[in-house]
Amino acid sequence: MTVAHARRSKTTLLTRALVPALAIALAACGGTPDETYTGPSPDLPKPQRGLFPTLKISLPTEWGDTLPTVPEGYEIAPIADNLLIPRQMLVLPNGDILVAEGRGGRAPKLTPKDIIAGMIKARGNTQVESGNRLTLLRDADGDGTYEGRSVFADNLDAPYGLAFGNGSIYVATQDALLRFPYTEGAVNAAGAPEEITRLPGAVNHHWTKALTISADGRYLFVGIGSDSNITERGLAIEENRAMVWQVDAQTGFHRVFATGLRNPTALAMQPGMDQLWAVVNERDEIGDELVPDYLTSVRPGGFYGWPYSYWGQNVDERVRPQKPELVARAIAPDFALGSHVAALGVAFSTPSMGAQFANGVFVGQHGSWNRNPPVGYKVSFVPFSNGKPSGEMIDFATGFLGQDGKARGRPVGVTVDPRGALLIADDLANTIWRVTPTGGAQGAPATPAAPAAAEPAPAPAAATPPAG
Amino acid sequence: MDTRPVVVTQPPLHRPLHPLHMLLVSSAFPLFLGALLADIAYARSYQIQWTNFASWLLVGAMVFAVIGLVWALVSLITPTARTRTRLFYVALLALTCVLGFINSLVHAMDAWQKMPQALVWSVLCVLSIGATLWFALGGTLRRREVLP
Repeated sequence: MTVAHARRSKTTLLTRALVPALAIALAACGGTPDETYTGPSPDLPKPQRGLFPTLKISLPTEWGDTLPTVPEGYEIAPIADNLLIPRQMLVLPNGDILVAEGRGGRAPKLTPKDIIAGMIKARGNTQVESGNRLTLLRDADGDGTYEGRSVFADNLDAPYGLAFGNGSIYVATQDALLRFPYTEGAVNAAGAPEEITRLPGAVNHHWTKALTISADGRYLFVGIGSDSNITERGLAIEENRAMVWQVDAQTGFHRVFATGLRNPTALAMQPGMDQLWAVVNERDEIGDELVPDYLTSVRPGGFYGWPYSYWGQNVDERVRPQKPELVARAIAPDFALGSHVAALGVAFSTPSMGAQFANGVFVGQHGSWNRNPPVGYKVSFVPFSNGKPSGEMIDFATGFLGQDGKARGRPVGVTVDPRGALLIADDLANTIWRVTPTGGAQGAPATPAAPAAAEPAPAPAAATPPAG
Repeated sequence: MDTRPVVVTQPPLHRPLHPLHMLLVSSAFPLFLGALLADIAYARSYQIQWTNFASWLLVGAMVFAVIGLVWALVSLITPTARTRTRLFYVALLALTCVLGFINSLVHAMDAWQKMPQALVWSVLCVLSIGATLWFALGGTLRRREVLP
């Protein structure tokens, strides 16, 4: 909980300097560095794959009386547990938190590999049934304990992306964009949602539909993941996939905003700039250090490579037929978050998060399966200056993957509460974590917050199934 | 008049393959061949369904080949089964299973990553199961059986 943060940064710097050298040294004997490269210009090795793909599953275990580790001067506490696979969150104007819970995807198993790899990967995930609902959490007295809890809406088909604007709550389920009218203080939806538009959802290999809204509330942006790792389900079903849609909030009409984004799992608008940012999960099975997941600004009309190329113009030979003319205009992303870290959450910070973390984005990393040693399983902070990533990515919340190689939790969505708190959805422990500056959070008095943090981590453990 | 007894060279008494055993091992051949044809179709058309077919045909081929191999190994317990031809047969069947397993792993690579090596492995599988069946169906290494 009290990691000497300055020391950690220095170590990271040293690691960064050594990583390229180490990578070259280890490549010869087939080793992989513990840390994956992060930063603006990754050094990409040659694609490689053995007869067996890397499948390094971190089996689940319980938090017990441990907590995730946060920087000195911050404290972390669970504010809700026993959720049914929490993914993304939304802080409403009155401070209530909405949590989207569920698991989607209906991709048929087409090959023997789909069946075998599916069984192995499932061992690293929660066995809880999909919640298919929105849960509302309320901290009425502002003491940092969310004592109120209600089901805002249920019977939704794998809700994921959430946005607030125009007095409405927008929800992206795995096949539709919905709108719930909202009156401040409501704990339940007033009625059935209105469907703004259908979303591509026939196969949903990557089912999560990320969502954000423009500052003026006029447009919604929806992230639609690809229907395969690298076109192994055919090119035809990728017609409307691996892209970001810009949807008119009034009419539901959409236009394709940007393409070639393999799996844009979280979107965020940059405060004050009306610039869209995305975290994107890149392709697997061409090596431990390929391809870095990334954070990028999304340009209108931009093509970001998938499936034909990665990180700009690096051609992926696994795709036939190839499209050199499209590769020629592929945009290299802004910032590598690390290969296989599985970035699933992004949120812009605010000054109320403390000086060191005031300007930048938090990134939730679900953690790897296609890398050994595993990476991710943490929440990081990418500092910004002049509206762009600048400097080293810093660990913000760690300890999700224990020293024993077992996963206590897996971060998904991250959301900044403007009162000065970072919310982290953990879909393995089925818990929402809340990180606050110690004693410094506005609206969260120091005195009640302290006992909340000291109280033993409760039932997330109970919600976690036994390993295996 | 020569009254010495005539020595007739007879093929040694051996235990032939059980018909069901023969059926199982023979079944692997069209499946390996089908996988090769599907690979060729994928290589020519880029249509992903062909390579899905190939993967499943290989699984089918491996089911028959492995059951046949287990049976073949067990049948070696009988001393009269341990003929030279039979040992060739078992060794080739074992080789087929190894090649088939490697080929299945190659086919588990996504999309075009398996090409062109999948084609090579599929050809090797077909040759190997063909040679296996040659010995299973009574073929020998000699061009013609020398009759007495």
